[in-house]
Amino acid sequence: MNITLRIWRQPGPGRPGHMVTHRVDDISPDMSFLEVLDVLNQRLTAAGEDPVAFDSDCREGICGMCGLVINGIAHGPQASVTTCQLHMRSFADGDVIDVEPWRAGPFPVLKDLVVDRSALDRIIQAGGYISIPTGSAPEAHSILVPKDDAEDAFDAATCIGCGACVAACPNGSAALFLGAKITHLGLLPQGQPERDSRALAMIARHDAEGFGGCSQIGECTAVCPKDIQLEVISRCHRDVVTALFHHGEQQEGPPEDQTGGNLASGPAGD
Amino acid sequence: MSETAMPPESGLFSVGAPIADTKAPPGPIGERWDVRRFNARLVNPANRRRLSVIVIGTGLAGGSAAATLGEGGYRVEVFCFQDTPRRAHSIAAQGGINAAKNYRNDGDSVMRLFYDTVKGGDFRARESNVHRLAQVSVDIIDQCVAQGVPFAREYGGLLDNRSFGGVQVSRTFYARGQTGQQLLLGAYQALERQVAAGTVRVHARHEMLDLIVVDGRARGVVVRNLVTGEVSAQFADAVVLATGGYGNAFYLSTNAVGCNATAIWRAHRRGALFANPCFTQIHPTCIPVSGEHQSKLTLMSESLRNDGRIWVPKLAGDGRAPADIPERERDYFLERRYPAFGNLVPRDVASRAAKNVCDEGRGVGPGGLGVYLDFADAIARLGRPVIAERYGNLFDMYRQITSEDPYRAPMRIYPAVHYTMGGLWVDYDLQSTIPGLFVIGEANFSDHGANRLGASALMQGLADGYFVLPSTLAHYLAAGPYPSVDETHPATRETLAAVRERITRLLAVGGRRTVDSFHKELGTILWDHCGMERTREGLTQAIAAVRALREEFWRDVTVPGSGEELNQSLERAGRVADFLELGELMCIDALHRDESCGCHFRAEHQTPDGEALRDDEHFAYVAAWEHTGGPPVLHKEQLAYEYVELKARSYK
Ligand code: SF4
Ligand code: SF4
Ligand code: FES
Repeated sequence: MNITLRIWRQPGPGRPGHMVTHRVDDISPDMSFLEVLDVLNQRLTAAGEDPVAFDSDCREGICGMCGLVINGIAHGPQASVTTCQLHMRSFADGDVIDVEPWRAGPFPVLKDLVVDRSALDRIIQAGGYISIPTGSAPEAHSILVPKDDAEDAFDAATCIGCGACVAACPNGSAALFLGAKITHLGLLPQGQPERDSRALAMIARHDAEGFGGCSQIGECTAVCPKDIQLEVISRCHRDVVTALFHHGEQQEGPPEDQTGGNLASGPAGD
Repeated sequence: MSETAMPPESGLFSVGAPIADTKAPPGPIGERWDVRRFNARLVNPANRRRLSVIVIGTGLAGGSAAATLGEGGYRVEVFCFQDTPRRAHSIAAQGGINAAKNYRNDGDSVMRLFYDTVKGGDFRARESNVHRLAQVSVDIIDQCVAQGVPFAREYGGLLDNRSFGGVQVSRTFYARGQTGQQLLLGAYQALERQVAAGTVRVHARHEMLDLIVVDGRARGVVVRNLVTGEVSAQFADAVVLATGGYGNAFYLSTNAVGCNATAIWRAHRRGALFANPCFTQIHPTCIPVSGEHQSKLTLMSESLRNDGRIWVPKLAGDGRAPADIPERERDYFLERRYPAFGNLVPRDVASRAAKNVCDEGRGVGPGGLGVYLDFADAIARLGRPVIAERYGNLFDMYRQITSEDPYRAPMRIYPAVHYTMGGLWVDYDLQSTIPGLFVIGEANFSDHGANRLGASALMQGLADGYFVLPSTLAHYLAAGPYPSVDETHPATRETLAAVRERITRLLAVGGRRTVDSFHKELGTILWDHCGMERTREGLTQAIAAVRALREEFWRDVTVPGSGEELNQSLERAGRVADFLELGELMCIDALHRDESCGCHFRAEHQTPDGEALRDDEHFAYVAAWEHTGGPPVLHKEQLAYEYVELKARSYK
């Protein structure tokens, strides 16, 4: 196959970028999309030109490091796979393919196709954990978890933190990522003690990072390589509301600085 | 027939003083860890804030260690080359984690897990360490469950278990085919909790390029910020390396493309001994190579061997589709050769058997480099939904890569480089030969001998990080804080200058060949001569070839761009330059070990039916290599087996 790639090239953070056309000939349908970029980079390097910077690590769809917008779709045309698992058999000979980085305010471009997604770590820091210092755990079988809850928690826990949901969302919301963690921990008995505080702290951090609100259109779940379901957003929303209610009971009245967050309030202003 | 070692006069290496003390406490093996912890000095909680630790790498070992040290109140600085700690390659481990819980009441115990691991490692691991690993295994499961790791459960809500290669009990805990991911996210979340608490700082997109040794102690590292290119010195009272294995020396492996040996290799050059570098695990169940362009190989979890049957046609060159080959014309070669363990023999045995049938011309798929892993019987017996629940994501992954449906036709698999049992030498405290430098997880050599059993890597990473290191490191830190060091110290200045000079040198070669072309060529040399089967002749050739390639690299590599920016070519160039040094040591180690054991199969040493032939009289030792700049010096740590009888490993 021969294809033409139009790739976003940007020399550094905050610098202007533009699309550059590169032809790649003689590729096999069994190659992955990233292997095509490897081939292109070999040729650019040999020709003394600057290779295209892009992120990847595991190349088997689990680490969440890769992520390109391909022809306008985060992780490309095939559903339920990461960019590294997309193979050229999904394209046709002669195709012209646009390749861009994730585009979202909280994910600044570092170079070419590489973006900074550390905002997602900061959402986890706000409460995406169960507080259990090493050594303090009870015997594993003292905690029984109904099989169905364990399975549902697992489904949510498979989020790889790639950020495709943000890139796809018209509002630049990370609601699917956030909801996945809230759901994973909220479904398990171990996650109950911190359920309220977790929901409030994580949503507050999500909003503070500049992610937009969710108006439930579902673009995010359509591109999610792990098929995280929209239902996690509803669960997250419910947990936030419940937490506010509990909080209100304690405080006798809703606190002024606590709101439901951007989650249900449309695009973030900027 | 056998020599004690290659004659040193061959000039490849020399033999130095043996390693006399591993710091394991004497006494009954079951009490050693308790004794060690009791004798370890403690650090007053009020003083911990004044003590700092650098942790390099955020996989299961590094992530769990950093989180635990942060919880303890130490000041922890964490560095990883990925964009977030959650991406470390532990995330890709599929099958499971062992623990001697004996929930199945099937005769398991700490002693049996210990025994299985020592035997599985073909008697080249250290008894004290392995026993401790088995003891600690049960605490790991408790910890992870409490963190919310969604392990597989039974209908009653209890944890489910399955069995894995090389053992006859069911002690493997799992989370579908994504156990590593779920365990790593547990450690990552614990780590991020400490970041929020202010005890841990994470420096993502930073790569360690050298170790700062002051007055004989590890006191810091030189790192490069991979976004800005800035090179800086970082200081602490102790340094922990948790940077994983060096399987990517082979170019094609199941490792992530970024995995590298630079941190451990640079530490080795600064004085840390490197143990058993030739012990590299070739995993039997990987998706075969499909072409030239291939950038990595993908593992299919060994757990598949619980339900899949491995076979090839009886007839060499049989070109029929698998469905057209009748039962009587199939050779289920593992079941035939190893009736007691069948498809569940250890990895080294399964890999070599697959290689043998392919060498006989009975391999399947492109180039004849593959064997079938067939689920037809299991699907008929258990139904498709059960198989889908157990292995669904693996089947999906297989289909995604090969565009073949394993529910309908058997998978094709072939062995691939997966894990390295070798690594930096550590004592019982997980401390290297440089005081203050601790090495945990796959980066050290200590627990798996010459072959690692399935579901034991996750166990070791978390044992080291959550439970072992925090105790032994505290003992070291209790003598601190150590005198302060800064940029002006001569050792710092020398190390910084060396790192900068090397970067400049890489950028200045200005040759014609890309970094990747050298890496691929090195990989081919190692795979052909230091892979599943090794010979004196092949290894001798390989050493010469690696040397020539290294020389050519420094003469003809081209690294575009500058050092003051995000430059992925430069990152790879540094890593490949280190692989080119390590590759030679791997071959020297393989050549000197004139026996077969575990993964290390020397064609000269086999039984009449092709099984590995160990030479315990001459080689029951850990080979720990010292860097000299010239021929390396071999230090032997003699292995004593007091609790497991030293005998030929048999899975027949
Ligand atoms: S929810 Fe899906 S798309 Fe979003 S970060 Fe997680 S895996 Fe990626
Ligand atoms: S459902 Fe919400 S988060 Fe997802 S794309 Fe729509 S607005 Fe964005
Ligand atoms: S590179 Fe790891 S998910 Fe794509």
